[in-house]
Amino acid sequence: MPKDTGIGASTKRREDVRFLTGRGKYTDDIQTYGECAAVFARSTVANGVIKSIDTSAAAAMPGVLAVFTGEDFADVGGNPAGWLINSRNGEPMKEPKRPVLAHGKVRHVGDAYAAVIAETVQQARDAVEAITVDIEELPALINMKDALAADHYVHDEIGTNQCFDWGWIEDNRAATDEAIRNAHHVTTLELVNNRLVPNAMEPRCSIGHYNPGTDEYMLHTTSQNPHLTRLLISAFVMGIPENKLTVIAPDVGGGFGSKIYHYGEEALVLAAAKKLGRSVKWTAERTESFLTDAHGRDHVTKIELALDADGKFLAFRTETLANVGAYLSNFSTATPTFLHGTLMAGNYTVPLVYVNVKAVFTNTAPVDAYRGAGRPEATYSIERVIDKAARELGMDPIALRRKNFVKPDQYPFTSAAGLEYDSGNYDALMDQMEKIADVAGFAERRKASEAKGLLRGFGVNAYIEACGIAPSNLVGVLGSRVGLYDAATVRVNATGNLSVMVGAHSHGQGHETVFPQVVAEMLGIDPQSIDIVHGDTSKIPFGMGTYGSRSLAVCGSAVVRATEKIIAKAKKIAAHMLEAADTDIELKDGVFSVAGTDKSVSFGEVALKAYIPHNFPLEDLEPGLEETAFYDPANFTYPSGAYCCEVEVDPETGKVRVDRMTAVDDFGNVINPMVVTGQVHGGLGQGIGQALVESTTYDENGQLLSASYMDYTMPRADDLPFYTVDHSKGNPCTHNPLGVKGCGEAGAIGSPPTVVNAVIDALQSGGMNVTHIDMPMTPHRVWSAMQG
Amino acid sequence: MTKVTMTVNGKAVSGDVEGRTLLVDFLRSDLRLTGTHVGCDTSQCGACVVHVDGKAVKSCTMFAIEADGAEVATIEGQANADGSLNVIQQAFQDHHGLQCGFCTPGMVMSAAALLKENPTPSEAEIREYLEGNICRCTGYHNIVKAIMAASGQDVEVIAAE
Repeated sequence: MPKDTGIGASTKRREDVRFLTGRGKYTDDIQTYGECAAVFARSTVANGVIKSIDTSAAAAMPGVLAVFTGEDFADVGGNPAGWLINSRNGEPMKEPKRPVLAHGKVRHVGDAYAAVIAETVQQARDAVEAITVDIEELPALINMKDALAADHYVHDEIGTNQCFDWGWIEDNRAATDEAIRNAHHVTTLELVNNRLVPNAMEPRCSIGHYNPGTDEYMLHTTSQNPHLTRLLISAFVMGIPENKLTVIAPDVGGGFGSKIYHYGEEALVLAAAKKLGRSVKWTAERTESFLTDAHGRDHVTKIELALDADGKFLAFRTETLANVGAYLSNFSTATPTFLHGTLMAGNYTVPLVYVNVKAVFTNTAPVDAYRGAGRPEATYSIERVIDKAARELGMDPIALRRKNFVKPDQYPFTSAAGLEYDSGNYDALMDQMEKIADVAGFAERRKASEAKGLLRGFGVNAYIEACGIAPSNLVGVLGSRVGLYDAATVRVNATGNLSVMVGAHSHGQGHETVFPQVVAEMLGIDPQSIDIVHGDTSKIPFGMGTYGSRSLAVCGSAVVRATEKIIAKAKKIAAHMLEAADTDIELKDGVFSVAGTDKSVSFGEVALKAYIPHNFPLEDLEPGLEETAFYDPANFTYPSGAYCCEVEVDPETGKVRVDRMTAVDDFGNVINPMVVTGQVHGGLGQGIGQALVESTTYDENGQLLSASYMDYTMPRADDLPFYTVDHSKGNPCTHNPLGVKGCGEAGAIGSPPTVVNAVIDALQSGGMNVTHIDMPMTPHRVWSAMQG
Repeated sequence: MTKVTMTVNGKAVSGDVEGRTLLVDFLRSDLRLTGTHVGCDTSQCGACVVHVDGKAVKSCTMFAIEADGAEVATIEGQANADGSLNVIQQAFQDHHGLQCGFCTPGMVMSAAALLKENPTPSEAEIREYLEGNICRCTGYHNIVKAIMAASGQDVEVIAAE
């Protein structure tokens, strides 16, 4: 029987019970006495000068309590970028102000320039319609190349549409050029990494509260990291003292990156709550989410791969334009640079890498980290060009990858892009993938497809990523303006149950189940006696939240460290109770005993004693049993994987169907295999969605044509297959106490190139010399490519 | 304002609503049954699915006054009488058919309607039936598996994991 609790058990999720019975508590489910509603007036043009705003008619509408415009926030701060990137010439990136409400100019469709607060949301919505605004429309800057060449700007005050021009590794530039010039073979590929909308199913929602008696603010909001939101509002935007602001993110209905960031709506509801002395709620409609949630990806890249005559990789060189949209979202500058360029050596021993990224302002929604954030873009470029090279050289795509893999005896391995990979075995993952996907049986399956008149393709891919987004030392060198550690407090209550306060914040990942598995294993107690507390800045010491596949690797490690401190303290208490030396105390199965004797006390007895410290030697032993740890790791974690898929393409229509999808990942040690498998499934769904159906489309005027579920294709159940997922070949992370690597983003990183490689293979098998199709590979695009 | 009366999860309820009040808003705001969610404005996502007179309905696309006199069932009324999870809910937990939980009430209500119509649906029939329910977390694998399991089918044979 597999174990059902502790580390390695597929413990069923305790949080499921409330979600399955309608008792979850998401932000919009909170209703406060006297609550009123905010609705935003949003720009319908992509670029324009605000000549005038007349709110008098709106203010006189029934139920209207207040109207705000950009003028009301002209004197407060902007929402900052969290990562400083310097250009190749040493100049810092351009950082135009991102105001709470647009002031002077609107810069993308959906940019909010006013807000109405009314008794009901319907009244507020009606009043927004009554605002008269005169906006002088300017030509929209949508295409990145056009924006770079334009003589007018998204932000006039910076006099350019280029945010930065970044080189990595700049010192390798000349050598990389030289290697490519002299190579036996160079494969070149131009590709687009399509813009995606994260589409968490719960739209963003924020409720501001203000207590005039204490001058304290509280914000309920849909956030992946409430502490960062508090910090940004306090230190940069509103100037509210941190100790006067509580940020609470209750149950969060998905995020995928889009709820990492602070948004202007959060500041607005706080300002309105103070002005009115009432709670103010704003809930996004889905089209507002499309227009204003930070989007993902949107890179245009040219990649070159130089190879020698034996197929050894000599150099990767890329030139990328990365869209940052109209304003810098909090981590928008890190995503196309240090989360992308540093991964451009992939799983390979290639000696030279040079990456150039120009980030471009456009009149579109801000672009920031979306599931994978930079690593999917790196993987896609690398793995597509390798596939093309294999075809050009007549080599097997698996053999070509294996020839260049970092080998198990090379760890720790410093890649040509500057990261130190700690552990892995890419050949073993590929072996496992070939086995469980029955790669040997592909030829037979292709015959069967062809008998049905369909083209069948096989695509393969390897990936490595850097996650567990942390070490403060490293990210500080790379330009981060925040530290990226995490924190946990373990509180043992007098009656023996535990509250574990964690800085990570689950929005679907199952922390309430998984973290107790770790603590229960360490203490030898029932996990049901352990509850996680998260998402509330007033209850948790600090935290950097959940994104970048960091919760377990970073915050889980803080939980381990805090629990170790609990054990050390509890041993002292047990030693006192048992009249022994604490070095002689052993903890096993929740019982403290004196080594070599039958003297023991239970965990519960120790907990009680901690709070009833009669006869404690107080100079040596404090009452209470509560410990906090901040954990800052030594390195990223480096999950890796080998993926493959088989597609069928209908040559009559260009329709692609993914028939088989196999993901073999190295996540190091696994705490809850069921949860990890679920994370991979979700990533695969999003990756296949990117590859086949998801398209974020702005027209030349900056109108978002795909701003609803009628227009933006979300993958549905019938677009996706059952997946085969394996994480049995893990190599433990060498530097965190659990030996874990992040698993949240892998599926979305590894799958898009796999699918594209398979479609190209299918078309090639049909005799068509198609070497690339941009994502999403819609029937129209595939069919058009097939026509030559 | 118009007075509406209906039965929700077996209980008679009534309220005064505007003509434009959607059934979902009546359930969430007036009755405080917040298990039914709103994930879009265009009737695509299915987070708001409830049963009206035994049929699966998107409660964001029906006015509250249209449900006057109807029998409405929501996620809050799905558990067994003793409070334990019903077969579908239990299958979702057993097979990890939910992550963030936001689409889940609609998924469970749709699954219940499907199994009433078709007690042992095939994988393809389940996937097709869920066309109107969007999940962004699970990639659907475990949702389809959970519904197959809830219908009594052997799911051990489904793709290795």
